[in-house]
Amino acid sequence: MRRDHALEILKPLVNEQIVVAVYQTLFDWMVIHPRDLNYVATGAMGQASSHALGLALANPQREVLVFDGDGSLLMNLGSLVTIANAAPANLHHFVFVNGVYEVNGAHPTPGAGKVDFAGMAQAAGYLEAVEFSDLDLFREGVTDFLAKPGPALAVMQIEAGEPYPRDYAYIHSAGARARFRHALAGN
Amino acid sequence: MTTRTDTPSELQYPSGSDIITAIKAAGVEFVVSVPDIVTSDGLLWPLSTDPELKLVRVCKEDEGVSICGAMSYNNTRALLLMQQTGLMDSLNAIRAIGMDYQLPICMMVGLQGKEAALKPEDSASYGVRIIEPILRAMDIPSRLIETPGDIAHIREDIEQAYRNSTTFCFLIGRSPTP
Repeated sequence: MRRDHALEILKPLVNEQIVVAVYQTLFDWMVIHPRDLNYVATGAMGQASSHALGLALANPQREVLVFDGDGSLLMNLGSLVTIANAAPANLHHFVFVNGVYEVNGAHPTPGAGKVDFAGMAQAAGYLEAVEFSDLDLFREGVTDFLAKPGPALAVMQIEAGEPYPRDYAYIHSAGARARFRHALAGN
Repeated sequence: MTTRTDTPSELQYPSGSDIITAIKAAGVEFVVSVPDIVTSDGLLWPLSTDPELKLVRVCKEDEGVSICGAMSYNNTRALLLMQQTGLMDSLNAIRAIGMDYQLPICMMVGLQGKEAALKPEDSASYGVRIIEPILRAMDIPSRLIETPGDIAHIREDIEQAYRNSTTFCFLIGRSPTP
């Protein structure tokens, strides 16, 4: 399953939700579905899930989607427990798994091919944890996944797609943060 | 090494309930925390049952930096309560989210191992001595909370942090009384 193809399936399902995405998934998403409610400034590797929890708790009326990476989530595995304990029903957590640190030289992640992220999420207390490795099955199952209350995790077994540009200058810019703040306020 | 003029028998301690009152007066809605022995009895246990505050227990302190930063986008105010060891462990997140991104990360940090009668820079504990210099090196303003009089500044410091979107660190030098 190519990552950009999976993101194209998600695109029509994402309207008023906040999307917190990281690294290459973020860069792909910024081209596939550019919008001001994309939260691009997670700052430190591994922190996307924690930013998402903060957003979900502070904006309980709004759905929050996380497009995490396997290397990123490995840096912040405790957040699975923190999120499960806080139990935000409005948080759906996707982890895009390719087994490498894609933007840092494509070195393998520890435990690549062995780590069971869905099992970890379930053991941490997520209400739902599913896994997708086939694009057609993802297309069939994603709406149902998003309809269930969170916290819920979907493991996405993916391979890279088109080489979307890595616009680090934008994601770290004050302008990006201002646009998100403005959009969150409904402006 | 310099010492304060007051003797141990004359030492004053901050009131935990007064700190909590100040936090609430500053509009703080969420407290995000990893337990710290300095602030455990006087702050964390009481606020954990305070109906006006929501406590988010995190596994690691850098999670809290991100949570507080993300909450600030709709002006939801939060305080990250931790020990100086957690502050040290979170420096990269604070660097990125608090300083590079200029978000209002308000932290309250118990100085575990600091002698009550000494200033932090005079502590025999290396882990305590280095905290203020590290904060200065990162351009993070801080305030030492040790006496009842120090608490009067908490509300304005938090309000100013949110008004100016800047990071601020309170250092708890003596265990607050319950």
